[in-house]
Amino acid sequence: MAAIIEPEIVERTLIDPMVPELFRIERLKRETEDTFTLDLVPQEESMKISFLPGQFNMLYVFGVGEVPISISGDPYETSRLEHTTRRVGVVTKAMGRLKPGDSIGIRGPYGSHWPVTEEDGRDFVVIAGGIGLAPLRPVLYHLMAQREKYKKVVLLYGARTPEEILYKRQLERWRGKFDLEVQVTVDRGASGWRGNVGVVTPLVARAPFNPSNTVALVCGPEIMMRFAVMELQKRGVPPERTYISMERNMKCALGYCGHCQWGPTFVCKDGPVFRLDRILPIFGKGEI
Amino acid sequence: MILSLESIIKAHPFFADMPEKHLEFITSCAKNVAFPERFTIFHEGDPANEFYFIREGLVSVELLVPSRGATTVQTVAEGEILGWSWVSPPYRWHFTARTQQRTRALVFDAKCLRTKCEEDHDLGYEVLSRFVSVISARLDATRLQLLDIYGRHN
Amino acid sequence: MPPKAPRCNGHVLLSPSQIGLLIEALKRHGYEVIGPTIRDGAILYDQVSSVEDLPKGWTDEQEGGRYKLKRRSDDALFGYTVGPHAWKKFLFPASARLWKAQRTNGHFRILPEEQKSPKLAFLGVRACELHAIGIQDKVFLQGTFADPSYKSRRTDIFVAAVNCAQAGGTCFCDSMGTGPKANSGYDLSLTEVLHDSQHFVLAHVGTKAGAEILGEIPTQPAGEAEIALAEALVEETARHMGRSVETDGLKELLYRNLENVRWEAVADRCLSCANCTMVCPTCFCSTVEDVTDLSGQQAERLRKWDSCFTTDFSYIHGGSLRATPRSKYRQWMMHKLAYWIDQFGTSGCVGCGRCITWCPVGIDLTEEARAIRDTESSVSNLV
Repeated sequence: MAAIIEPEIVERTLIDPMVPELFRIERLKRETEDTFTLDLVPQEESMKISFLPGQFNMLYVFGVGEVPISISGDPYETSRLEHTTRRVGVVTKAMGRLKPGDSIGIRGPYGSHWPVTEEDGRDFVVIAGGIGLAPLRPVLYHLMAQREKYKKVVLLYGARTPEEILYKRQLERWRGKFDLEVQVTVDRGASGWRGNVGVVTPLVARAPFNPSNTVALVCGPEIMMRFAVMELQKRGVPPERTYISMERNMKCALGYCGHCQWGPTFVCKDGPVFRLDRILPIFGKGEI
Repeated sequence: MILSLESIIKAHPFFADMPEKHLEFITSCAKNVAFPERFTIFHEGDPANEFYFIREGLVSVELLVPSRGATTVQTVAEGEILGWSWVSPPYRWHFTARTQQRTRALVFDAKCLRTKCEEDHDLGYEVLSRFVSVISARLDATRLQLLDIYGRHN
Repeated sequence: MPPKAPRCNGHVLLSPSQIGLLIEALKRHGYEVIGPTIRDGAILYDQVSSVEDLPKGWTDEQEGGRYKLKRRSDDALFGYTVGPHAWKKFLFPASARLWKAQRTNGHFRILPEEQKSPKLAFLGVRACELHAIGIQDKVFLQGTFADPSYKSRRTDIFVAAVNCAQAGGTCFCDSMGTGPKANSGYDLSLTEVLHDSQHFVLAHVGTKAGAEILGEIPTQPAGEAEIALAEALVEETARHMGRSVETDGLKELLYRNLENVRWEAVADRCLSCANCTMVCPTCFCSTVEDVTDLSGQQAERLRKWDSCFTTDFSYIHGGSLRATPRSKYRQWMMHKLAYWIDQFGTSGCVGCGRCITWCPVGIDLTEEARAIRDTESSVSNLV
């Protein structure tokens, strides 16, 4: 398989970076009760999709509004774009009511990315909480595509209930085909659930990876990331090799609406992926 | 290679830095044990005279909720400690423990350990301070679960 | 035949009424001239067509939470400091349409807005305001994405700066190193001198465009005495600032004091009214509104000024991350005096004092900075 594409932000022939590119919905797949995945193709057929795992787009629903959503598809796939999102607000609820064939506006890709080019030879531990698995899926695609470059790859995934586990079939396929250790836990079990029950942090404490040679990627609700990071630090994974992904209100994703500021950082351009040592002074501090 | 009880206990972080003589005593209270899957190790309300160190497998900690049946609140897996109701009166289990898979464990005679801790407070401190860490970690995890962070909050 | 244009590094003298000729020259060159006018009890920046539109003989009295116009005993044209308007309202309009969209069935198309803006000439830009424009240039033009609307408005402007001959009650440009003298970033700079019975305007050319405009007005070269007088006036202004702030190590001080109790004290007073952000010449936050007409088939995207003090500014699913007045005030002040330095290389504050004047309860960020600094030194005194 070809080495990962090293994209710069794709140059579009737009003068105004606030004007979206038009995409068409090919498929709208219901993942769980409140989560769905959009399968999108560009209206301009010759356009190639190019992004790095961890980046996001601004998605515009006609007349309703625009929201930042992480790209959750295969970064080696250049003809389509995938976004998984929860229906949590006006825009995402309207998005969930769209049909195949409808248009959606896309601006992006924006933001920083998971480390995918510099960490050959390392163990990778990927820790996902809830919808946090969606921004991590592209990096899992990459790790599986370049599997021989890495040592142990472990996915620790915490979901709310067994019904809310995302990408179930894909995880099983990866677990089966590749050397990928997948450990799933749920906050609340259900009858018939024979797996772990509890939060994802105890999984971090006992997962099989070598802390001195590990890169840790964490994505999920902020409080989950705080506790996961504590466990990683307890095990001796250095902050220079720990990455988190932050979420903030965004209106422009270009660095000047000011909404996404987190201390001195703009989450739209200094993030959403942050290396832990660079943001330790503000990580976990309330109301910053 | 069959590992001796001593080496298993010494290797586990839970017992790290414990003075030799206390380790010896604890080892003397320990036995290897194996359970098939779907086996109830202890029932809520039973006398709590043991604790377990899970070597392999998965154990669910359950509560019987009248309308819901046996509900798993947490699972305890390989490398973790199961059970601290033996520490304080009335020395009865607060929950039911049931294996989800075939499980191998070390079982510790807590009644014997309790008696010895009463006599030797040094040993008592060593043991209880470690259990406090276990309980505190479980409490943290439980609180996180309680927050329902993946749920919808409006 | 028009008089020769002065040399680029020369000072020339104008009479006060000749400012009118300056305005006319600018208009002849196609500029819409924006300058100080009196309206609604304040000095506001608006279109001026002649020297009569300027606030001749007026000054302003400013204090925390107080602004009042007062008659001067002379006929100074630029005898005031700064009002509630900043030049940002012309470069970064409070409301602007970004594009329109049209829908047919499930498809839609976007019609980008043409960026056409009038050629603007700013008359009476203070040194602090020049710095503020430079600061907003960094935000809107020097990131990965340049804002096309700001760029198109900014490219063609003519700047006639004014050196301050009086300091305002809430001014502290001296502390911030942003004034009172305009050193660069202008096409022309003007210093109005009223001394004994003299009243003249010393003009200095900054660019070729400035020389060109000035060349259409009959002027005399300035003598050393006049230049010295003007310089002394501006130096004197620097010594009469209404406020001051110690900027040495200010960023680090604030970073160390994110949990200082002083934030609670100021939160008790702050109404989250957002006045400070509206009048601040460097505040740049905006929001986007996506609207449709009644048919639902035509949509528009608008960009509007926003403020970090609004309830929903930091809203993500579930709630606002900064919901309390304490966190909002802290965010504003930390950004202005500390985070901005890490983001853009300079302080976000130019010492114009507007936020102090226009805060309804007179919250003063120089006082807040001082109080926080004092809590550190008082602790070390206990040792």
